Amino acid sequence: MTALVPLVVILPILGAAGALIASGRPRLQRTLAAVTLTIVLGIGVALIAAVADGGMLVMPVGGWPVPFGIVLVVDRLSALLLTVSAAVLLAVLVFSIGQGIADGDDREAPVSIFYPTYLVLAAGVFDAFIAGDLFNLYVGFEILLVSSYVLITVGGTEPRIRAGTTYIVVSLVSSTLFLAAVGAVYAATGTVNMAQIAERVAVLPPGVQVLLHVMLLVAFGIKAAVFPLAFWLPDSYPTAIAPVTAVFAGLLTKVGVYAILRTETTLFPGPELNPVLLVVAGLTMLVGVLGAIAQADIKRMLSFTLVSHIGYLIMGVGLGTAAGTAAAIFYTVHHIVVQTTLFLTAGLIERRAGTTTITRLGGLLAASPLLGVLYLVPALNLGGIPPFSGFLGKLGLLEAGAAANDPLTYVVVGVATLTSLLTLYPLVRVWNVSFWRPAAQVREGSRLTEELHQDPFRPETVGTRSLAAPMVLATGGMVVLGVAITVLAGPLYQYATDAGATLQDWPVYVQGVLGR
Amino acid sequence: MSVSIALLGAMAVLYACGVYLLLDKSVTRIIIGVLLIGNATNLLLLSLAGPPGAPPIAGSSGSSGASSDPLPQALILTAIVITFAVSAFLMALVYRSWRLAQEDRVERDLADVAVGQGDQPETEEAAADEESEFDRPEAGP
Repeated sequence: MTALVPLVVILPILGAAGALIASGRPRLQRTLAAVTLTIVLGIGVALIAAVADGGMLVMPVGGWPVPFGIVLVVDRLSALLLTVSAAVLLAVLVFSIGQGIADGDDREAPVSIFYPTYLVLAAGVFDAFIAGDLFNLYVGFEILLVSSYVLITVGGTEPRIRAGTTYIVVSLVSSTLFLAAVGAVYAATGTVNMAQIAERVAVLPPGVQVLLHVMLLVAFGIKAAVFPLAFWLPDSYPTAIAPVTAVFAGLLTKVGVYAILRTETTLFPGPELNPVLLVVAGLTMLVGVLGAIAQADIKRMLSFTLVSHIGYLIMGVGLGTAAGTAAAIFYTVHHIVVQTTLFLTAGLIERRAGTTTITRLGGLLAASPLLGVLYLVPALNLGGIPPFSGFLGKLGLLEAGAAANDPLTYVVVGVATLTSLLTLYPLVRVWNVSFWRPAAQVREGSRLTEELHQDPFRPETVGTRSLAAPMVLATGGMVVLGVAITVLAGPLYQYATDAGATLQDWPVYVQGVLGR
Repeated sequence: MSVSIALLGAMAVLYACGVYLLLDKSVTRIIIGVLLIGNATNLLLLSLAGPPGAPPIAGSSGSSGASSDPLPQALILTAIVITFAVSAFLMALVYRSWRLAQEDRVERDLADVAVGQGDQPETEEAAADEESEFDRPEAGP
């Protein structure tokens, strides 16, 4: 089983190389990309099966003994996130293949670089999830970031260059900070292996501990788009092409959240900064959702809800309990799937109606009932309406918070509940205005939308185009996956609970990696 | 741990200049800022590596003192490669942006305008008020 671990990084890289060689032969490129991600998805499922009993797969790369060489580690959390990411990447790939076929591969995405870059992005995401040392995590981040720079500016239109510049500079600052933090951690502990850091960090002077901890958290916080560091996200994500926005929204911020989770549970298991995380989580939720309410553009609105929901994940981490961590893990899985689905649906709306600005949308339900289903189900899921996994995840988080018995946590629980209610407002407003409102009334305007901000940098309308079958199929598949998380919530939540319990018990990780 | 003051001083200066340039409106200066900050971080890694020593090559003829720590050097090499790739990409981006800006005569950094205006829809007057990055006479001291 251990031999499968490096394959999740090697295969996408090889696939990217193959796709680059096959440049100019779009059909071969698509097949390569799809086959690669399907295999990785299969490996992910196999890895989950292998570690579900609490074992860990440790792969010392290059045969160097463990604390010295690069080590890849798969535990429950890594395996779960890896599999979900692979599924999401595959669905979005199908979506972009559909878009590529429908548009003749020449309109928005120069296909010769799109698929290789996409696979490299996948390799970076997978590498970050299985990194067993801090520097490999940095490299994983860089792989995914550099390919995300290419993907966010693909096509090279002016709004994308503008958005891309913001995104790249902010990411670079966070990467530099991360690198400096890696150096500082190495100087303080003499190792970059996470398990060894976990062993050694407790004996450092408290001041040094806090310094290293804060450096890492700020670096990851920028990547995860946590409140004071989230300003770049709603500005840059919506300009990219629909599949790129979808996969960024689903995965890239979650890699940051994963890194925060590892930092909090494995590297610095102490509770010193938990109150800070809780405050930041509350602010992220509230500011994000208030931003979402003010947006007229569906993609921008979704970007703000994305920021807002990162707050829930950080809240779960900040609770510092096994229950909180478990809820955060479950909610991460739910949110990866649902947020990606909503962005894909927004892409479909844009193609169908020519715009994603709700002041100009109307009559969508009459025009395309299927689109209505594809929007409503994930929207209710994100809003936390009871049968869906969004409700279960939020319930888990609130329960874990209520168990904490501490005034600050109660306040954050209150904020989380309020945010959950407020999230429904922009989502349902899109439904009322874009889907239910008859197309004839669009000119009259709506009281729901008169105060909204337009996005200054995007054209109000683009030409309408047909919905290709693979695009609808991929989005439908994601909706089904979101519902499947609800149906399978029992075993999944159990798995998350086990993973959370293992994470909180950091010596288990150390023992698993170092073998003592 | 003994640290070279000269290296630390150079690092501090590089960080300061890098951050200053990073905050500039011109993307070209931002790139230079990114490069300076990247190099400052490399110096930081080097300083953190501890005192210099013999080349860390196994089996090399034993010079007297301890060999220097090879890991930070590996980290720095990786970081240099990454910074190089990213700055190459950024330069391509700037070139593209410059060409588009020349063609479309939108000669201002839209992101800054948006931040300044609180993300309001921009008006023609606001657009006219902004001066071009490329034609602007140097107003510095």
